[in-house]
Amino acid sequence: MIAALEFHLIDFSRNWRGTVFGSFVVPLLTMLGFGVGVGGYVQGGVDGVSYLEFLVPGLLASTALQIALGESTWPVMANMEWIKLYPAQAATPLRPVDIVGGHLLFALLRVIGGSSAFLVVGVLFGALPSAWALACLPIAVLLGLAVAAPVFAYSIAVPTEVYLSLLMRFAVIPMTLFSGVFFPIETMPVVLRWVAYVTPLWHAVDLCRTVTLGRAPDWAVAGHLLYLALWAVAGITLAVRGFHRRLGV
Amino acid sequence: MTPMIEAAGLVKRFGDFTAVDGIDVTVQPGESFGFLGPNGAGKSSTMRMIGCVSPPTDGLLRILGMDPVRQGPAIRARLGVCPQLDNLAPDLTVLQNLTTYARYFGIPRREARRRATELLEFVQLSERSGAEVEPLSGGMKRRLTIARALINEPDLVLLDEPTTGLDPQARHLVWERLFRLKQRGVTLVLTTHYMDEAEQLCDRLVVMDAGKIVAEGSPRALIERYSTREVVELRFQAESQSGFAAKLEGIGERTEELPDRILLYASDGDAALTEVHARGLSPSGALIRRSSLEDVFLHLTGRTLVD
Ligand SMILES: Nc1ncnc2c1ncn2[C@@H]1O[C@H](COP(=O)(O)OP(=O)(O)O)[C@@H](O)[C@H]1O
Ligand SMILES: [Mg+2]
Repeated sequence: MIAALEFHLIDFSRNWRGTVFGSFVVPLLTMLGFGVGVGGYVQGGVDGVSYLEFLVPGLLASTALQIALGESTWPVMANMEWIKLYPAQAATPLRPVDIVGGHLLFALLRVIGGSSAFLVVGVLFGALPSAWALACLPIAVLLGLAVAAPVFAYSIAVPTEVYLSLLMRFAVIPMTLFSGVFFPIETMPVVLRWVAYVTPLWHAVDLCRTVTLGRAPDWAVAGHLLYLALWAVAGITLAVRGFHRRLGV
Repeated sequence: MTPMIEAAGLVKRFGDFTAVDGIDVTVQPGESFGFLGPNGAGKSSTMRMIGCVSPPTDGLLRILGMDPVRQGPAIRARLGVCPQLDNLAPDLTVLQNLTTYARYFGIPRREARRRATELLEFVQLSERSGAEVEPLSGGMKRRLTIARALINEPDLVLLDEPTTGLDPQARHLVWERLFRLKQRGVTLVLTTHYMDEAEQLCDRLVVMDAGKIVAEGSPRALIERYSTREVVELRFQAESQSGFAAKLEGIGERTEELPDRILLYASDGDAALTEVHARGLSPSGALIRRSSLEDVFLHLTGRTLVD
């Protein structure tokens, strides 16, 4: 598994500059646009804090989600079908669990990197007053796993990249809009609130907000953690099974 | 001694389609063994089962005395695989392609570097060590894939069409390197649809067609058994060819009629050609050559190897 992770790290080391640049610039622009721009129209803040303070923990979780998705969709299909990294690895002593695991660990390292960059920008904007914000990192990792693992299973199973676009359009966009990133889910009709409860993102958003704002969560912390862990474990199981089936090993 | 490969009644089906239809193969240590057959014969499907990346549908398969389904990782640790299509890492350098792959076998970094450097020397890619893979020529990529297959000092090397798609010069370079491996006593198993490749590299081979083995032996033995020593290739003006085959009756041992020529099989080509002329036939072209595995395949299946 570590050997497979090494591959991804070396591969990344050959073209990391764009990615690292992006992980600072994107949060910077988002915070400027939404936090400062939109925040100017939100009179009196949200839930008793400024809009920026409300927004930043949500954006952090959604950034972790985007990175996890980015690494578990097209790259997985490319490694299976186009570059054929996985088939090359399958011809060696590596097992499906090593192949999935190596790539998944790499995805999580990227989540940590992107989330850290986000935290740095958040601190510069004065949107993260408490050192507890650091606790967002493990939350981001758990969310990353809860998202990347099942999406690995999906991407290895679907026949064409059309399905990846479908996933983005019909699962990810609604999840991002209705998971309390930009506004509290209590303002939504019950039906939409269920989108938040069922999908992973909102659980991480609520956890991140709990630690950055130092306030009580909507759900018990343990409930959030267990629910995300459930996604992660189910996802890993399905992904390993899917790799086993596709690679014939 | 335990055979390197032992297959009995080996079958691979994809849905209703049978790609490998009950083949029996044994390969001994130190042998250089080939699967010769046209596209679609089932060569790659067989190689993938041997490489433990495709479970057999039916039959018995033992690689290095082990069961490929239950002991896949242990077997693959001792194999070197060069797949039909290169699957190198395009963004990594030539050297990194070898060192990262070495790590999959648990080879320590320092040792991986040493072996990689040595292998690049062997496949004559040392000057490209730091270059990216993507812009390399087909022949260079192939040699790199072969080097990668050798990184774990394998007991058994599997090469699926090692020179398909390469220009003649690049092919000869690959052959020369593979011949050296063979001389070192490495067990080689390769597939090809080039009869000259099979003749050059294989001690023993099986001829495959439509998932079945239709003949087995050394290249020389196969030619002796299924063909004559020489072949006369006769070309006629296109429209008139059909009538000529009948008029050749009795010359040589037999004839094969292809769309553009008639092959006349005889132990003595000169004598046969003299006889053709004596019958008053005047082909527009005539060529005498030695029999090859191509003729063996044609005789066994009625088709040519490369279309
Ligand atoms: N994964 C697969 N699914 C369905 N059919 C396949 C698959 N792999 C190979 N085949 C079919 O099996 C036959 C043999 O293919 P292959 O083993 O690649 O032959 P060769 O290597 O001799 O050209 C071909 O008709 C091919 O289309
Ligand atoms: Mg093939």
